[in-house]
Order: sequence, then C-alpha cells, then structure tokens
Amino acid sequence: MRVELTGLHLPLGGVAGADLRVEPGEFVGLIGPNGSGKSTLLRSLYRTLRPEAGTVLVGGDDVWRTLSARRSAQRIAVVAQHGGDGFDFTVAELVATGRTPHRGAPAADRRIVAAALERVGMAGKADRVYTTLSGGERQRALLARALAQQGGVLVLDEPTNHLDVHAQFELLDLIRSLRVTALAALHELNLAAAYCDRLYVLDAGRIVAHGAPADVLTPDLLAEVFGVRAHLGVNPLTGRPNLAFAPLGQTPVPLTETGDPR
Amino acid sequence: MTSPHLISGWRYPLAVALLLAAVPLTLVAAVGHGAVDLPAADVWHTITAHLTTGRRPADVSGIDDEIIWNSRAPRTVLALVAGAGLAVAGAVLQAVVRNPLADPYVLGVTSGASLAAVAVITLGGVAGLGVSGAAFAGACATLALVLLLGSRRGTLAPTRLVLAGVALSYLLQGATSYLQLRAQPGQLSGILFWLLGSVAGAGWDDLAVPCVIVVACTAWLALQGRRLNAMLLGDETAAALGVAVHRFRLALLAVAALLTAAVISVAGGVAFVGLVVPHAVRLLVGPDHRLSLPLVALTGGLFLVAADLAARTLSPPLELPLGVLTAVLGTPFFLWLLRRESPVT
Repeated sequence: MRVELTGLHLPLGGVAGADLRVEPGEFVGLIGPNGSGKSTLLRSLYRTLRPEAGTVLVGGDDVWRTLSARRSAQRIAVVAQHGGDGFDFTVAELVATGRTPHRGAPAADRRIVAAALERVGMAGKADRVYTTLSGGERQRALLARALAQQGGVLVLDEPTNHLDVHAQFELLDLIRSLRVTALAALHELNLAAAYCDRLYVLDAGRIVAHGAPADVLTPDLLAEVFGVRAHLGVNPLTGRPNLAFAPLGQTPVPLTETGDPR
Repeated sequence: MTSPHLISGWRYPLAVALLLAAVPLTLVAAVGHGAVDLPAADVWHTITAHLTTGRRPADVSGIDDEIIWNSRAPRTVLALVAGAGLAVAGAVLQAVVRNPLADPYVLGVTSGASLAAVAVITLGGVAGLGVSGAAFAGACATLALVLLLGSRRGTLAPTRLVLAGVALSYLLQGATSYLQLRAQPGQLSGILFWLLGSVAGAGWDDLAVPCVIVVACTAWLALQGRRLNAMLLGDETAAALGVAVHRFRLALLAVAALLTAAVISVAGGVAFVGLVVPHAVRLLVGPDHRLSLPLVALTGGLFLVAADLAARTLSPPLELPLGVLTAVLGTPFFLWLLRRESPVT
C-alpha cells in the first residue's frame, strides 16, 4: 500500500508544505533533530493530528476526508509508546486490541493474535503482564499488535528508543524481515542508514533532503541540520553506510594515553 | 503458560452462570429476611404469582403479601439495579479518565444531585419536581457544567475533566452543607439518608425509569468492549486503533452520567460500589471490558442487594443508610488495593 503526503501543513511542530512518499514494500526513515516535527508528521497519518492543509493518502484514499477512523485504522498500524500502563493487560490482551477496527469472530481474532505473537517471537510470553516485560519485549508486543491490526502500512515512532544495542538490531531486523510498507521516525542515524531504503530529513518542520541513505547523509547536510561534523564511511562489518560524528567547530584535542593534551 | 487472571477460559462462562443463578436466589433470600422472617417458599410463591397472574396467591396472608410484594421486593430490585448501574458507570469512567481511582462521582454529578435533592427537602419542590426529579435534573446540569469547564478547543482531556468535576463538587457540597445548617431538625434524617444512599421506601412506580436506563445503558456499553479497551491505552493509541476518540469519550461520559443520575435520583449517593466492584472484578478476569462488564453489572447488583439486607437486619429496629455499609465493606478493600504490589507473573 502506497503512502503519499502532499503539501502537508500541521498546526504543531512547524510542519509546513511537507511532501513524502512511501512505495509499497519500502522501509522509509524519517530523521531530524529533536523538535523537527517527526512525530508530529506521523500523527497526521494515524488520525491524531488533523492537517490544516494538504492531503494524506494511504492506498489512494484520503485518511482525513474519505476514510472513517475505523477504515483508516484498517490500513495503518502504529508502533509508538503512548502509556496505558495503569491497567494490567497481558501481552495477548494487548495484541488483541489490534483487532479493534475489525469486526471478526472471536475465534478468528484469537488465531490472528496467536500468529502475530508467533511472528515476533513472543508466543511463549502471551500470558505475561505487559508492564512486566523488558523494553525490547514491549516493543515486540506492540509490533505484534500492529501486525494483528493487518494494516497495509506500518508507522513506527522511534521504535528503538530506550532499547539496548542488541535489542535495537533485533527489532529492526525483525521489522525488515516482515517485508511490510513502513515509515519510521528514527533517532539513531546509523540505524537509519543501515536499515532504511530511503530517508527523509526534517529540519524545523520542512523536508530538506530525501533519497538513499548514502546520498542523503552528506557531511554538509549533517552539519547544517544536526550541527555536527560527520564522516560518512562504510561499516566494516555490514558494508552499509556508517557515520562517525564530532562536534562542530575547531578540531577537538585528541586524548593521549597520559591524559595530557599537550 | 496459563493466564494470570483467575477467571479465564472455561471458568469465565461458569462464573457468569453462577452469578446469574445467584440473582434469583439472592433476591428471594433478601426479600425473605428482615424484621419479620418469611419462608423462602412463600416468597417464591408470592413473587411468581404476582408476576404470572398479577394477584396475590390465596394461601399467603395479606400482611405477608404486603411485606413481600410491596415493601421488600421493590427495594431489593432497586438495590440490584442501582448496584449494577453504579458499578458499570464506575468501570466505564475508570476507562474514560484512565484512572483506576475514578468512580461514578468523580465528575461531580452526585454533588449536583445531592444539592438539588437537599434543596427540595429543605426549601420545597419547584415546578412540580419531587426529590428524585430534582436530583436527576441536578445531576444532568452538573454534567453539562463539568463538560463545559473541562473542555478546551472542543477536546476533553481526562485530567482537566476530573479536576473540573472535583472543583465543582466542593462548591456544590458547600452549598449543600449550608442548606443542611438551615434545615429544620425534622428534615435532617431525611437529608442524611438521601446523602448516604438508601433504597428504603422504594415502590414499583419508582423503578421503571432507573430499570429502563440501567438496562439500556449497560447493554450499549457491553457492546463497546473493544473500543473501551482501546481507550484504556491512551488517546493516541485509541485513535491509531480506529476509535473516533473525542466523540466516543463524550458518548461514554454522557452514558455513564445518565446511569449515575438514574440511580442516585432514586437511591441517593451510595458510595464505593462504583469504585470497588470494577476493581474486584478486574482482579479476577483482567482488564478486558468484553469479559469484565457483564460480571461488573452482576457483582455490583448482588453486592448492593446484600448490603441492603445487612442495612435492614444488622441493628434492628434501626435501619442503616446503605452508604454506611458500602463504606465499611469498601474502604478496607480499597486500602488493600492501594497498598497492593503490582502483580508479577
């Protein structure tokens, strides 16, 4: 399912005139500094922030003008941390909430929930209380809910936040292996470079660059948008683009073995 | 692995069946006991005769029939309906404001109903409104005011709603206290009974409106289980799951307030049922509303029937207000709940 944002203006985050496309089967990353409007932009996709102008098309239909809340939730599933910890849902119950926009028979729903848990490797933890899971397990449970929702598009809002490095790789490998159409806001630029087919760069609500990671993540752009010195190389272990960072300004003094900067 | 909830799988239909079976048994037991104890067979016989033929059976004395059919049966049915309504309203409001400590009174509707009821008791009725009618009108007016105060740019944030309800409650309670101070000594016990809740003196005529409202609202809410579950997870998640969050929340608030108003306008401010029963049921079946709401309604109803029986029989000839009993039973449970550690599986 294709996602097309055209001339998008949002009342928050300074998002003005954003254009963005995700082709079917693509994994597209949205990067930008804190407050650049990544999450804000995603919220317009899952009907939480109504655009002031512009269109959000998913599978050719306007999410805000043509589709109802329920119909749009049948197309777009979201992985994001939005609380809800006060009540003790089990993992299976949480994943079952992904069936909300559908009106299926309970038995069919249970099969879909079980299959989703199986796909993210959480079948053995179906009866655990969600709030007792580790960070990585929580994200996988939320991913399973998104799968149970059976939308054609997966929206991920900083899915790797608060995960350790192993869990970050595990989660993104898992998402890639699902071969879904996905739009993900990512904080960690090297993860974006390693996992995304294409990147969009947001700066103060405007899309300032887009394209393949190696074309987008230039030292000039990273200095301009993120305010860092960057070197784009190749990860010797994976062969994917890899960034090394340093603060802008004068060359930092290298630390010596003795700790004496002279 | 098995579910961490005590009642799951095959135990759930069993629990529903047991509670359904307990309804007629509890009703007969509650109607049979009191200042005069009557045999269960007579009670059953009298009630079925009235329901089928509309007349009193020949072999039951007129006095017994009066006690069973016109005195105890309506108040017991009212207790059942009131308990179910308050418990369901509490469960729904806990989901709407996403706060486990919410109850049907968090929006201030009870304070509004109390003020109106006490005003009618002390100052006399206005425009033909009795105590019940005034209480209902007071509850509705308060809800409208809370929604107005709690909304901003057309949206209702749960925290703001609760704060608006609490603030307004204090104001209304102040006014109610002032009226109590000015009340004649003879009016005070009536006021106290109303404020603490009681089903005493209920007649069949008082039952029609609350019954219809409680049954209709509970039925509608029981069909909203999926969307209620989504609401528990937060506005953004609910929206992402296809719930039109603002419209749905407004509908839930209106229905929960209607339930509360319908109950308290005839039974007064019975405390704790709406807070404790949803929690007790959730501890057993988990937070899924599709499973919990039917049990919440049944448990709430049975709980209040038992409380009313205790209110009538614990210290004869004095009859206690229901709120005294529900508070005595509810507070220890509530404190235990507060101190309980999160379940770890």
